[in-house]
Amino acid sequence: MRYLDEYRDPELARRLLDELHRTATRPWTIMEVCGGQTHTIVRQGIDEVLPAGVRMIHGPGCPVCVTPLAAVDKALAIAARPEVIFTSYGDMLRVPGSHGDLLGLRARGADVRVVYTPLDAVRLAEQNPGRQVVFFAVGFETTAPANAMAVLRAAEAGLTNFSVLVSHVLVPPAITAIMDSPDNQVQAFLAAGHVCAVMGWTEYEPIAVRYGVPIVVTGFEPLDLVEGILMAVRQLEQGRAEVANQYVRAVRRNGNQAAREVMARVFRVTRRTWRGIGTIDHSGLALTERFTAFDADLRFATAELSVAENPQCIAGEILRGTRLPTDCPVYGTACTPRTPLGAPMVSSEGTCAAFHNAGRTRMSTVEE
Amino acid sequence: MCLGIPGRIVEIQPDGRAMGTVDFDGVRRSVCLAYTPEARPGDYVVVHVGFAISTVDPDEAARTLAVIRAIPDALAAELGTA
Ligand code: SF4
Repeated sequence: MRYLDEYRDPELARRLLDELHRTATRPWTIMEVCGGQTHTIVRQGIDEVLPAGVRMIHGPGCPVCVTPLAAVDKALAIAARPEVIFTSYGDMLRVPGSHGDLLGLRARGADVRVVYTPLDAVRLAEQNPGRQVVFFAVGFETTAPANAMAVLRAAEAGLTNFSVLVSHVLVPPAITAIMDSPDNQVQAFLAAGHVCAVMGWTEYEPIAVRYGVPIVVTGFEPLDLVEGILMAVRQLEQGRAEVANQYVRAVRRNGNQAAREVMARVFRVTRRTWRGIGTIDHSGLALTERFTAFDADLRFATAELSVAENPQCIAGEILRGTRLPTDCPVYGTACTPRTPLGAPMVSSEGTCAAFHNAGRTRMSTVEE
Repeated sequence: MCLGIPGRIVEIQPDGRAMGTVDFDGVRRSVCLAYTPEARPGDYVVVHVGFAISTVDPDEAARTLAVIRAIPDALAAELGTA
């Protein structure tokens, strides 16, 4: 298919890799922030054919993985109510809460439905005036414009039976938190192309300057990723630290103005807890004052629930890039994509699931 | 949910609601085009959760590929096929 096949050409990928091998003279550690990129890198084995010493760390950019346990537990509490139709992107259904997941709740009779787009949830509310339709509004800057538009449409339609449980996260504060952490090893970032398609890259410029870290806006196909890595390594080798754009065909410096305007009307920046990572200032989105009538959290007054992670799961270290899934004692045994004990095993964007789907075992990734 | 893919706009509904049909290699879906008001039928857009968030620039797409194709092919040179 156009704009996909060309960027998967193995012959061109090999040329890029050759160039990368010619360019890299020293070891470098690069983080791809986005789980979609992790998926491509691991599935294609890109991280295994890099020059010796060039190492990819898989970042926290998996929305399913970082949605806080408390939000999942709230979703479960709301979805259990008889008047509620609970709607969600499909990959949130198997995310383990403290006690079970949405799929299990549905099996026990709750009305939990998968929607492809949040506009489908708005339509459900229009079609079911006697029910409360709640949408689980999670994700990064890529899903925020869609979720914001759903709220706006519901407001325009005067719907009183539609609300959103918001747990949005933002990428730049996570990059800052990673650079600030005392055990940070990351020397360059591949920024998520689609996040930047919405937001542009101006937010990253002060980060590159402040930390002296190259940040390359990168696409999602194999050629994009190898070229992104090459662009990062070139900067590192030359001692530069700039924001560069590999994904020129889809990303403009200021992003998508129309989307940013709607996001700014519906959402405000807030403190957010990231599952496995902790609380980061200014790292999330919540509804603005004007739209609090659509806040499911307020409408259903879910109390703070006491939350409990599976004690064997090392997701926090995996999301920070300090350990690999294969370091986890239950990886591939008690924890598999069919029986996930932690969020990173749920969606293909999670590092544990990406490793498992690519058939990586503890043996094949032993280092040194 | 976070995976965006490019698709080609087949048609834009004339009712002003900014909805259109996008073809993803044979699979057609209804997509909200409110965030890409400049897009026309035939254009490629990147779609996330039912919303086009960006148009694909064909000139830039070609340029990226040309840059990669221009990388000297060491292997072919060695095999004498360059
Ligand atoms: S393999 Fe499972 S239990 Fe281990 S870190 Fe990953 S998600 Fe958690």
